[in-house]
Amino acid sequence: MAQAATSESGDAKADVFRALADPTRRAVFERLAHGESTVSELQAGFDVSQPAISQHLAHLRRAGLVTERRSGRNAYYRVQPAGLTPLIDWVDRYQAFWSDRIARLPKVLKEMDE
Amino acid sequence: MSEAASRTKATQSIVVEYELPDPPEKVWRALTEPQLLARWLMPNDIKPVVGHQFTFQAAPVPGWDGVVHCEVLEVEPCRRLRYSWRGGSDKIQEYGARLDTVATWTLTPSAGGGTHLRLDHDGFPLESFAFTAMNKGWRGKVAERIAQVLAEAA
Repeated sequence: MAQAATSESGDAKADVFRALADPTRRAVFERLAHGESTVSELQAGFDVSQPAISQHLAHLRRAGLVTERRSGRNAYYRVQPAGLTPLIDWVDRYQAFWSDRIARLPKVLKEMDE
Repeated sequence: MSEAASRTKATQSIVVEYELPDPPEKVWRALTEPQLLARWLMPNDIKPVVGHQFTFQAAPVPGWDGVVHCEVLEVEPCRRLRYSWRGGSDKIQEYGARLDTVATWTLTPSAGGGTHLRLDHDGFPLESFAFTAMNKGWRGKVAERIAQVLAEAA
C-alpha cells in the first residue's frame, strides 16, 4: 500500500467510491442489479421517500454506475457494470502490492539463517 | 471467460499463492515476528494471539495517516493466521480508500520440506456489497460484462 499510493485523484472515478459508501445507495444499486426498474418500483422495497430514492439514483448516475432510459412518461434505471471498473482497478493494485511483498519473503527467510 | 479470470474479476477477493523452499515453522516466524514481518511487509507490532490489536505503518498519503488497524482473529500455529485489515480514509477515492477487510494466511507443507503459502484478502467493496448478495446468474453475467469492458479498455 505504501508504494502503490498515488496522487491521482479528483476525476470521475472518485464518485464511484463515494456513491457506494452510502448503505442505502448501495442497496439501491444491488436492487437494480437484479433488473431494470422505475423509481416507484424501487421505492417499494425501501423505507425512504421517492425523492430520496431519486437523489440516490442521481448520485449513482453521476458516478457512472447507473443509466437512465426514458420511455413515455417513465424513466427506467439499470446498472452499468462498466462503472465498477475503478473498484476493480483498486483491488488489482492491492493484488499487485501483495504479490510484490510476498516476493520479498524468500530473501528474508534466507537471511534468517545467517 | 476462464474460471480464474471470473474469480479475480467478479468476486474481488485477492488470492496470492507462493511456493517457498522453507518449512512452515520458519515461514510462520516471518509472518508473526514483528521485526521479521517488517522486513518484507511493513513496520508492525503483531503478536500471534487471538484478540491482539496491532497496526501496520504504511507511508502516509494526504488524508490518511497510513496506519492499518488489525486484530488477530484466528491463530493455528504454523498453519493459519487470520487478522482484520482496516484503514484508509473516506476522503481518498482510490488506493488508500477506506478498507474493512480480512487477511488470511494459510501455510501448507509441500513436497521437499517447503511451504505453500496462500494469502486470501477478503472483503473488498465489490465482494461485500454486490456479489455476495447476488444470485449466481447475475454474478456470471456481470463478470462477463466486466471482462468485456476490461478487454475493450486494454
